[in-house]
Amino acid sequence: MNLKLKIWRQPNKDSKGGMVNYSIEDVSPDMSFLEMMDMLNEQLIKSGDDPVAFDHDCREGICGMCSMFINGEAHGPDKLITTCQLHMRKFKDGDTIAIEPFRANSFPVIKDLAVDRSSFDRIQQAGGFISINTSGNTQDANAIPIDKHNADTAFDAATCIGCGACVATCKNASAMLFVSAKVSQYALLPQGKVEATDRVLNMVNQMDEEGFGNCTNTGACEVECPKGISLENIARLNREYIWATAKG
Amino acid sequence: MSLKIKSSIVRKYLMALSGLFLVIFLLQHFTINLTSVFSKEMFNFLSHFMGNNPLVQFVLQPVLIFGVVFHFIMGFILEFKNRSSRNQKYYNFKGKANSSWISRNMILSGIVILSFLGLHFYDFWIPEMQYKYIEFLPENPDRYFDELVHKFESLPRVIIYNISFIFLSLHLLHGFSSSFQTIGFNNKYTISLKFFTISFSIIIPLGFILIALFHYLN
Repeated sequence: MNLKLKIWRQPNKDSKGGMVNYSIEDVSPDMSFLEMMDMLNEQLIKSGDDPVAFDHDCREGICGMCSMFINGEAHGPDKLITTCQLHMRKFKDGDTIAIEPFRANSFPVIKDLAVDRSSFDRIQQAGGFISINTSGNTQDANAIPIDKHNADTAFDAATCIGCGACVATCKNASAMLFVSAKVSQYALLPQGKVEATDRVLNMVNQMDEEGFGNCTNTGACEVECPKGISLENIARLNREYIWATAKG
Repeated sequence: MSLKIKSSIVRKYLMALSGLFLVIFLLQHFTINLTSVFSKEMFNFLSHFMGNNPLVQFVLQPVLIFGVVFHFIMGFILEFKNRSSRNQKYYNFKGKANSSWISRNMILSGIVILSFLGLHFYDFWIPEMQYKYIEFLPENPDRYFDELVHKFESLPRVIIYNISFIFLSLHLLHGFSSSFQTIGFNNKYTISLKFFTISFSIIIPLGFILIALFHYLN
């Protein structure tokens, strides 16, 4: 496959960026998208140009590091995958592919396609944990009976990898799906109920402080989430937050 | 709660609750308008009651106006905040790949409805206030139907009203079910609720359109 690429290049967070055109030839349809980017970078290095900076780590859809906005969609034109799981067979010979970083004021560009998602870390630090000591004295899993539905729902919420596709794809740059998943994974389990009130208040307050937009229920985040985190979590977050606010 | 008014979720909650309040008002307004198609006397009776009952005039009407103003102001506040959350726009943003046009353009349908409300107030509410509270004209319980019919003699007005009702339908198609999601209602009844809200969002504005056309054609 021969492809034309339009890639966002930005030397650093303070400089102004822009889309730059590249051509790449002999791309295998079996390559992953990141392998195609590696191939482009080898080409750039050989020609003495600066390679394109982009985030990646596990390359198997677990870590949530890869964060490209490809042809107008977070993680590209496929559902329930991260960019590293996107394969070039999804494109046709001669296609032009626009590649941008995840865009939100709360995700400032570090360089090219790499963005700073530490705002998610700060939200998590504000309350996304339990204080119960789980090291060394773990109870038997069956000691506390947990409703199967709640256990499954909490597990589904816990599959959020914090990639930021929800923020990137939301027209408002809202982080509600991420925060709701992190709140839900604890809210449904007995261990998480101890700090439930403080957790939801602190995490939502931190989310607002980071400057994310409001959720307007377009549902785009749910569609583009590589882990299929459901909007039910946002409804749960809203309930938890209002209940916690009423309790003070 | 009042201390949390700057919270994004509290603002969304209030937006949803004010929207649901307006939906209830819309249903009441539609019910009274519908009687104009079947019975001139019934329409006059209900309009006279709504226009002269002290509870409606001095309690419910101010609450309604507050609800309308609040919904629009909060809508603009949320829209402004949302737009300012992403200063650098995407070169290529394929919104239609994951969301409906109307869900992404509630501010547009809202502005059309706001403009329509301006015309609607100019047509009916302001003359009513002048009649009762400025000119202090003697009350005539039989005047309401004729005033309604007179307004819908104008084709441009009927067209503007009906276009506005289409935008009202679009606004409701997303907003009505969305408000339940915002107040935390998303469970096994959501599919049935969605069916109800979609039906409501089509039937009520369509009813308003048919009422306007009925009076224009008659």
